[in-house]
Amino acid sequence: MALLDVKDVTKQFGGLTALSNVSFKINEGEIRGLIGPNGAGKSTMFKNIAGFYTPTMGDILFKGESIIGKKPSEVARRGVVRTFQETTLFQEFTVYQNVLVGCHLKAQTDIFSALLGLDKEKQRDAHTKTMEVLDFMGLTNRKDQLGSELPLGSQRALAIAIALVSDPVLLCMDEPFAGMNSEETNHMMNLTRKVRESGVTIVLVEHDMKAVMGLCEYITVLNFGTLLSEGTPDEIRHDPRVIEAYLGQGAH
Amino acid sequence: MLRAKPKSLAGIGGLLLLLGILPYFLKYHHQDFLIFLIINVLVVVSYRLVTLTGEWSLIHAVMMGVGAYASAILTKSFDLSFWLALPLAGVVAGASAALLSYPLFRMTQFYFLIGSFAAGEAIRLCWIHFIYPFGGTSGISGIPPPELAGIDFLDPISYHYLVMAIVSICLITLYRIEKSHIGLILHAVHWKAPLAESVGVNTWRYRSLAFIIGSFFVGIAGTLKVHYLGTVTPNQFGIGFMVFILIWVIVGGYGKFYGAILGVVILSILDESFRRFDEIRPAIYGAILIASIMFLPSGLESIPTKFRARFFASKPAA
Repeated sequence: MALLDVKDVTKQFGGLTALSNVSFKINEGEIRGLIGPNGAGKSTMFKNIAGFYTPTMGDILFKGESIIGKKPSEVARRGVVRTFQETTLFQEFTVYQNVLVGCHLKAQTDIFSALLGLDKEKQRDAHTKTMEVLDFMGLTNRKDQLGSELPLGSQRALAIAIALVSDPVLLCMDEPFAGMNSEETNHMMNLTRKVRESGVTIVLVEHDMKAVMGLCEYITVLNFGTLLSEGTPDEIRHDPRVIEAYLGQGAH
Repeated sequence: MLRAKPKSLAGIGGLLLLLGILPYFLKYHHQDFLIFLIINVLVVVSYRLVTLTGEWSLIHAVMMGVGAYASAILTKSFDLSFWLALPLAGVVAGASAALLSYPLFRMTQFYFLIGSFAAGEAIRLCWIHFIYPFGGTSGISGIPPPELAGIDFLDPISYHYLVMAIVSICLITLYRIEKSHIGLILHAVHWKAPLAESVGVNTWRYRSLAFIIGSFFVGIAGTLKVHYLGTVTPNQFGIGFMVFILIWVIVGGYGKFYGAILGVVILSILDESFRRFDEIRPAIYGAILIASIMFLPSGLESIPTKFRARFFASKPAA
């Protein structure tokens, strides 16, 4: 059984059809690329998976259970966690606090336990887990800096740390390489591989072809809201339909 | 990380001591003033908790009234003791907030502000309209003072100590909530709700939780107020008082826990000391307000930071 099963998903905004009958499957342990030209519907697909949108038609199964119509927090509870385009983190919090928020599902408490200190063990576990993930992402020496003070590469790493600490089964990364120089991209690629090796399945929406081709074993291509092609990086690179979608007709 | 430093503990101890002996040096109407000031401290600090999630409501004054009316009715019509009615009044205010969360938190920002104002006015109109049990425009009078081991709580000094004790407990509780994991998540919901939601935070639940806790404590404040006055009327909790709460919090600053306290204490004392200028008093108050917003946009709480930056900036870091 596939970990994530996207079945005939259609998403309409008023008269505009952003996605039309898109189906694909993602297996456990995979690192999957989701690519396509601008406006292909990648981000819309993404938001449907993470619970930020509800598909107009179709179904999305995670571990065999439908997750459509559920709130993002509910989808996250089941193990589907997303990161955001640009750098989305808590600018006003320290790096440590940022990651601690990601621990929410483990550290959440009720008022009485918080007041009487009955949640001490829970908070200690959250602290340990936070420190582990900071170490994993190479952020330990920056833990007391404010989110807004970090350089771009570390901000992205922090955004992934926030997602990672919530113990995702499926991590959806929205353009993690955007705006990075090649050194930062290499560093981020290594981090992404490390996350995958720790047992997390990854879906990657990305424009940076070098990164996608280097990381993913299997790629799904969207164009104009429909599924254009699927295959290994080599197949995709040589697929005339994909080349046409990206470069226009007559380019090959 | 969450433990208070010895220095600030000493400061708080000194402050409590000062508050403890102060009533003996004051005239009668200043004793009253001090009691209402301490109650208003609880009002602004509980309001701060509501605003932590970034949603400013205009219903806080009315929630204070909900607590006040609840305890007035419980003690007068049901002969309940003040000591039971006090927490129950908080619970009634909190429960009302829980119910109101369903319609109100479908809105955010400006719409929430207006929605909360409308809901508050609806509650106030109920107090005016339903003579039984709320007493209409004249409200409920003859609310009994607390009773405990023969202490006369009609005496401002003993009531002062009662208010001091209860408000202190409430402030410690509110402070601990803000410093707990719950407080962190409330801030997170404010700064970036979608990100918080993506790691499993039910943002709706936390917005309503802040509203419920804030209402509980302001309900307690309302109870303390009307058991001293002996009377509760709908006009005590109108939009006029709400505007004062907003001014106190904004002028004091809402970045730090003590900001709102500074605001209410300093503005109330200024206002009180201009009492003899009677007619131009609102003008003076307004001028202070404008000046503080112009020169201290982050509130009175930013003064220590500014002071330090100015006088210790050249000092090399140790």
